[in-house]
Amino acid sequence: MTAAAMARGRFVPFALGLGTLAAFFVAVEVLIRLNAINRYIVPMPSQIALAFERVILEEDIVARFWLTFKEAMIAGLMIALVGISIGVLFYRFSLLRRACETWVAAMASAPTVLMYPLFLVIFGRSMWTIIMMGFVAGLPPVILKTIEGFAGTRRVLLNVGRSFRLTPVQQFVKILFPAALPTIFVGVRLGLIFTLINIVGVEFLINFGGLGQLINDLAERYDLAGTYAAICFVILVSVCFFVFTERVEKWLRPVD
Amino acid sequence: MATAPTIAMSVSDDASRKTRPEPILVVDDIVMQFETPDGVLTAVDHMSIDVTPGEFLAVIGPSGCGKSTLFNVIGGLLDGYGGTVTVGGERVSGPHRSIGMIFQEESTFPWRTVVDNVAFPLEIAGIAKAERLERARHFVSLVGLDGFERRYPAELSGGMRQRVSMARTLASEPKILLMDEPFAALDEQTRLLLGDKVLQIQQQLEQTTLLITHNITEAVQLADRIVVMTYRPGKVKRIVKIDLPRPRSSEIVSSEAFGRYVAQIWSDLREEASRGMHDDETLRKGGERS
Repeated sequence: MTAAAMARGRFVPFALGLGTLAAFFVAVEVLIRLNAINRYIVPMPSQIALAFERVILEEDIVARFWLTFKEAMIAGLMIALVGISIGVLFYRFSLLRRACETWVAAMASAPTVLMYPLFLVIFGRSMWTIIMMGFVAGLPPVILKTIEGFAGTRRVLLNVGRSFRLTPVQQFVKILFPAALPTIFVGVRLGLIFTLINIVGVEFLINFGGLGQLINDLAERYDLAGTYAAICFVILVSVCFFVFTERVEKWLRPVD
Repeated sequence: MATAPTIAMSVSDDASRKTRPEPILVVDDIVMQFETPDGVLTAVDHMSIDVTPGEFLAVIGPSGCGKSTLFNVIGGLLDGYGGTVTVGGERVSGPHRSIGMIFQEESTFPWRTVVDNVAFPLEIAGIAKAERLERARHFVSLVGLDGFERRYPAELSGGMRQRVSMARTLASEPKILLMDEPFAALDEQTRLLLGDKVLQIQQQLEQTTLLITHNITEAVQLADRIVVMTYRPGKVKRIVKIDLPRPRSSEIVSSEAFGRYVAQIWSDLREEASRGMHDDETLRKGGERS
């Protein structure tokens, strides 16, 4: 098999990715054992691997994982629904877009996590404070990328629609939306990153529950290996969402 | 309607009109102007042409002469023009059901397979899935893309994608096929071979066709008549009747008569193209100074 044929297959890139990760862990392990990295700041990967059993058995990881996953899922659905709708409105009404786009862009770079006391006052110490914080943080990239996706639709595709006398609704459903879909999904993925960071961050700050609280607990106990093992579960939540969005995109637009 | 002069090799347009059937498409006294920062620009100036059923008419002119504006006016994609466009006696205001358009730019839908692209107008018309796919497969076959039905445009060459666009437009069964430089982005060999395909389809379906192009060879290879346009503002400079035998193929480009037509049309176009080039240079010099 040629190198090009192997690169096209699914197994080789997957194995290469996994191998790179394993090589990285081995390198970190060796560097710590050689005292090139301080073992009191960064735990050895072998210690982290051993800590998984403890975190799973003693820290109620399933319930915590499910809570963080549920919060991220609700916030993710909200950013997709609200963000795409606002993006469509901004695209459709250029006055609205010109009036608000700068503010939305500014909001994307604002450290909204610092607003958590305000959200605590509004929503109380509940799951909804965390969801809303995630929602606010993840919304701007979805709006901005939705506008970009629609505005970037090639004029000739719209003219094809016009030449076939499509109604405005048909033009949107059959041409504009599928054409903009890849860019919209870039926005949704970016939004999910911001959402998850904020959800775990607020869980950490308000000590409500979920993986964020677990990371806080383990860090306060100076259980570094356990802390890193818990962070791996946050990464797992992120992976779940990325796989899910990829599947949805593939279903809506099978080729790209 | 204004009458354009004809060259010696052609039959007079007025004389031929007496023997020609009723035109299906009449473009009468079209004027299209645009507001620009430098003032009003007249893109098309009192232009009149007509096309009879089954005829292949080519409109040729130098870059910037208003060919694409004319295409958009006839296709109903532009409004705010003077004059009228009628199809079968019915005035065109907006895209007309009898006109199918093939665009210069690549216009396939990348998220649809070849057969789904071709079935698009049938889907819009509300035709049941099984029937529309069957009809779409017929048009895919007509443009010579059998075996590529389930492929996506990204998996096809530029020439194949343009054939998909053509099949999609033909699937809507338009009375008039309007093409705006459909082969402009293709290499010369593909262009000639696609020309053959267009001729074959046009003759098979007796499809009334209006081709906008700046390529003289393409126009002479395909058309029954060629409308030569002036450089800005775009007017009819001359109408040339092409008396080459049909059925034609790309082999005709090596014939002596073909060469004579190309030379005569080029002598008309050369003056216009020179004006265009001069204008462009003047504009660039002005831009550099400012």
